Amino acid sequence: MAKQSSFFTSISRLYPHVRPILPRLVMGLLCALLASVMALAIPQVLRVLVNESLKPGGSADAVWGASLLILALGIAEAGLVALRRQFVINPATTVETRMRVSLYGHLQGLTVSFHDRWGSGQLLSRAMTDLNFLRRWMAFGAIMLVVTTLTVVIGVVVMFSMSWQLALIFLAAAVPIMIYGFRFRTRFSKVARRSQDQAGDLATTVEESVHGIRVLKAFGRSREALENFNEQAEELRQTEIAKAKHLATFSLVVTLLPELALGVGLVVGILLASTDQLSIGSLVAFFATAAVVAAPVEFCGMLLAMALTAKSAVDRHFEVMDAQNTITSPDQPRRPAGLKGALSFRNASFAFEDAPDKPILKNITLDIRPGETMALVGITGGGKSALLQLVPRLYDVTGGSITIDGVDLREFGVEDLRTAVAVAFEDTTLFSSSVRDNVLLGAPDPGSAEGRDAALEEALDVAQAHFAYSLPHGVDTLIGEEGLSLSGGQRQRIALARAIAAKPAVLVLDDPLSALDVNTEVLVEARLRQVLADTTTLIVAHRPSTVALADRVALLEDGRIAAVGTHAELLAQNSHYRYVIASLDAEPRDLDSELSALEDQSEEISR
Amino acid sequence: MSSASFGTANEDNAHLSRNESKAVRRRSLTLLGSLIRPVRARFWLTIGAVVLSQAARVAGPALIAFGIDHALPAVRAGDSLPLVFAGVAYLAAAVVAAGLTALYVTWTARLSQAMLLDLRVRVFRHTQRLSLEFHEKYTSGRIIARQTSDLEALRELLDSGVSSLASGMLFMAFTAVTVFALDWRTGVLVLAAGVPMYFLARWYQKHSQIAFRESRVVSARLIVHFVETMTGIRAVKAFRKERENAARYAELSEDYRRATVRSINLNGIFQPGLVLIGNVCVALVLLTGGFRVLSGGLEVGVLLALILSTKRFFQPVDQMAMFYNSFQSAQAALEKVSGLLEEIPTVRPPKTPAALPHAQGSIDFNGVEFRYGDGPVVIPRLDLHIPAGQTVALVGQTGAGKSTLAKLIARFYDVSAGSLTLDGVDLRQLTTEDLRRNVVMVTQEAFLFSGSVADNIALGRPEASREEIEDAARAVGAHAFIMELPDGYDTDVNKRGGRVSAGQRQLISFARAFLARPAVLILDEATSSLDIPSERMVQQGLAGLLRGTRETGTRETGTRETGTRETGTRETGTRETGTREGGTRDAAGGLPAADAASGPDAAPAAGRTALIIAHRLSTVETADRVLVVHDGRVVEDGTPAQLIGDGGAFARLHGAWKDSLV
Repeated sequence: MAKQSSFFTSISRLYPHVRPILPRLVMGLLCALLASVMALAIPQVLRVLVNESLKPGGSADAVWGASLLILALGIAEAGLVALRRQFVINPATTVETRMRVSLYGHLQGLTVSFHDRWGSGQLLSRAMTDLNFLRRWMAFGAIMLVVTTLTVVIGVVVMFSMSWQLALIFLAAAVPIMIYGFRFRTRFSKVARRSQDQAGDLATTVEESVHGIRVLKAFGRSREALENFNEQAEELRQTEIAKAKHLATFSLVVTLLPELALGVGLVVGILLASTDQLSIGSLVAFFATAAVVAAPVEFCGMLLAMALTAKSAVDRHFEVMDAQNTITSPDQPRRPAGLKGALSFRNASFAFEDAPDKPILKNITLDIRPGETMALVGITGGGKSALLQLVPRLYDVTGGSITIDGVDLREFGVEDLRTAVAVAFEDTTLFSSSVRDNVLLGAPDPGSAEGRDAALEEALDVAQAHFAYSLPHGVDTLIGEEGLSLSGGQRQRIALARAIAAKPAVLVLDDPLSALDVNTEVLVEARLRQVLADTTTLIVAHRPSTVALADRVALLEDGRIAAVGTHAELLAQNSHYRYVIASLDAEPRDLDSELSALEDQSEEISR
Repeated sequence: MSSASFGTANEDNAHLSRNESKAVRRRSLTLLGSLIRPVRARFWLTIGAVVLSQAARVAGPALIAFGIDHALPAVRAGDSLPLVFAGVAYLAAAVVAAGLTALYVTWTARLSQAMLLDLRVRVFRHTQRLSLEFHEKYTSGRIIARQTSDLEALRELLDSGVSSLASGMLFMAFTAVTVFALDWRTGVLVLAAGVPMYFLARWYQKHSQIAFRESRVVSARLIVHFVETMTGIRAVKAFRKERENAARYAELSEDYRRATVRSINLNGIFQPGLVLIGNVCVALVLLTGGFRVLSGGLEVGVLLALILSTKRFFQPVDQMAMFYNSFQSAQAALEKVSGLLEEIPTVRPPKTPAALPHAQGSIDFNGVEFRYGDGPVVIPRLDLHIPAGQTVALVGQTGAGKSTLAKLIARFYDVSAGSLTLDGVDLRQLTTEDLRRNVVMVTQEAFLFSGSVADNIALGRPEASREEIEDAARAVGAHAFIMELPDGYDTDVNKRGGRVSAGQRQLISFARAFLARPAVLILDEATSSLDIPSERMVQQGLAGLLRGTRETGTRETGTRETGTRETGTRETGTRETGTREGGTRDAAGGLPAADAASGPDAAPAAGRTALIIAHRLSTVETADRVLVVHDGRVVEDGTPAQLIGDGGAFARLHGAWKDSLV
């Protein structure tokens, strides 16, 4: 029975959402009931009217009266059908929309580690397919389930009033149906859930196949991707068919058993009637009622399946809604007056949520003075990016603390913190809007259009992203999702401009110049140096040229800060640093010959 | 066919002109027809099952009537045979009806799932086939919308529609015959009800078509926004876009809700409207019949039967309305899907391909011109010969056209004029298989797919053994970090501990290219996120790969040692040292020489042609030849030493780069 309670616990979680529209749902239910009563009543009324008032030579008024009465009932029936929809549809879509928006809001709030684990296809299927289904269930399935159940109950009561023996036979069929119903519920729920999950995975695969289209094309692996997709789609197909088979078996049981009972009832009824234990009139009426009840009983299978699918949709919805956002603002956020931007790591450690035994960063202690530029150097995969992401609290430290101006990051309001800290990531994510909107995304509002233009211009200038002006519509050109129509270098510069335009107290840059050519890099660096003069900056560097921007360098080795110093100091003192940052061609012979060749050239040019 | 709504061009417009509307409807119906065709046998079988089960159901009441009218008197007369017959027949009918019901429920699912699978795969295959040019304009979110919510609409139609339509039609036909048999005048009256119903349906079709189109457009927008937010969640958080996003999403959701409500409300008029027409018809039958009864022209019993039949005739109208509703919705969805399928890939496989199983790798640009679509000319007339085995570095400013040249060779785009040949064969005449086996491009975005690390590397050559995969990883220096992952090569890149940094992703994508061992390798800024030691390793591996010698395997451990050792930095990744070392290792028999795929193309001296785009000139220095590109033209061409000697653009770049290394 634990299973049954779990169905109701799941569905009852909808209650807070449904409560405001409950009166309208009840009204809708009443309309549906009335409409079905009306549909049942019309034939009875007809029978009475025709038999009572219509006789050859009768009055024309009676005909008119009867017709008008039937017409009125007919209009009422249609009206009630329309009214039910009116009562239910609008509120149900409102609930759907509210749940969708709150799901989206919740997802936006959830931590990056949550999103690392969840494919966007799974989330999308929850936001669209599941909620669409829930809406339809609320507006139709749930109401019909109640109406159908009531119809069956009333029908059975009526049948009892006609012949208790026959009704008992009919009711006997209900016992195996109930027993089978429980099994059906368990099995069907499982399959329904599996099909929803597989549909979500399939959506994720589609998304990946489009995002990774370049790789698939470059290696000519579209066929393999198709095979993989085909396999997954085939699995989903199998699941759907398994689902249909469960439903089919249940329909079989639900259709067959009552009919079998009626078959037995027919024989018994005739035998009873033959010994006058039952009147022929009651026998006829009993079967007439049974015919009315049979249709809703059959319908039950479908409605039950719908309810079970709705249940797993609710479960899936709350699976996400129950995920806790662990990175939240404190109750009383602190905010140092006049941020200076002194960034300090105090014994900070970090391990990813799902691998707590393998810390990426261990006991990081590092002080970056206000206005200072600190380069972070280390080998690929050494945790540099993870360290950067701790600063805007995309992840939280798992040990120790990080402070800005002595205030723990966790004591800041999250939004305040992210206003104070701006980031340019390794993977540049641009949004599908204009260059202008992308660059000014995190920028403080200067209050005037001119101010905004100036901020935009400066940021684009520092990032050497002047190309933006020569796009088809200049800075108002819409750039695609992830800036797909821009080259890697162009995207990187827009992302850099975005970080700069935010005018943060602390700027965090993850190898922001990697995709730039040497000339552009030199230009960007020259301008960056001016901008960075009074901004605290933590910058991941793979090249000596980027390190040159920094006042000091921190070397990350095996998740610890191995050394801090100037480029020259570290170069002289630290072999690992040399290993990580030293240029590729250290063969003096080559260098000399090339340098001398270069000098010759420059002499020639200067002459 | 009007060109304005061809393909996905006019996709966001719900209000189409009459002709356009007709065209897209036709397109959508054609698609539906083409989906049904392969399963038409099953389609008719399913309908047959529906019809038979309905017939078995009708038998029930008839048997009850038989029982009461005949068996009961017979029992009273002491003859129980009719009773036995009635009982057995009723049970048999019940078994048949239930069995057929179960059958058609399963068959309907099979039918609809077969069609859905067909369409899913078709859309997937087609989107994979479409050129990059298309993908750059059409966002992934839209394709996902087509693949999810649009297909969902079709699924609703298929799941509920077929059986309800068939049983409804049959039921109505059956009842109509009964009515006609009883009284033809009433029959005509009932049929006359079809006229207002037709007009109502027309009205509904006209309006719901727009409403459903709107709903498709808005739902696609909603999905696009959702996907964009979730895939870019880091940037969303870092730049506090949450609030703006939430407002936008709420707005889109509200639009979607309104579009949904509009379509449902139309149905809310349509469906009760049909019920109303039916009920009015019943009243009319009563009225006309009543007067005929008064005048003695009709018996009361017949009138009652007529009215009840008429009432029953209109019963399935409810279901039909539902069917028509899902049909309209599915049609609007298929309009969008068929539009996507109508898009023609600009880069098409050849009709009569030329076979080129093992290319040498010589590339020729003959009078090549290139522009994106109708845009300005990006590459004006280019003639260029790259002999097989040459390593060519492309140098130039961002936006100079280097990547475009590379993409032309990889046939991501087709040349606008002239021809581009590989071993003298025009790229456009190569099958996709031949082209991709011979030409591989590694881009800056190193995308990893869900699955294990090994799966991701195996993308380079799916039939590769685990050993070959590991060799490729070793060759680029990725082996060490992969082994440190929780499950080594089997670590799921999306799961526990499988997170890899951008640099590591690039290493994995390099390993892919190594595994593929193409005749022509294109590297488009493929090392930008690597740190220097990693780049060094990649370069050593690369040198070996380009020489065509076997030198995977022990390579990495070698460099690791030299790397950590003080003197290691001295040992550079130049081609000479690389190959010499690799050669000796091979000679020493450190590795088995068997490599199935490289067997044929590892012929003596079969080096690989390489095209390298890198602003880190370290890679460029080891090239055989440097091409300096400016505004789509090759402005300098020569060996690195020559160009440095010439003091042109390359020499200046080189100088600047040298400075940057200090």
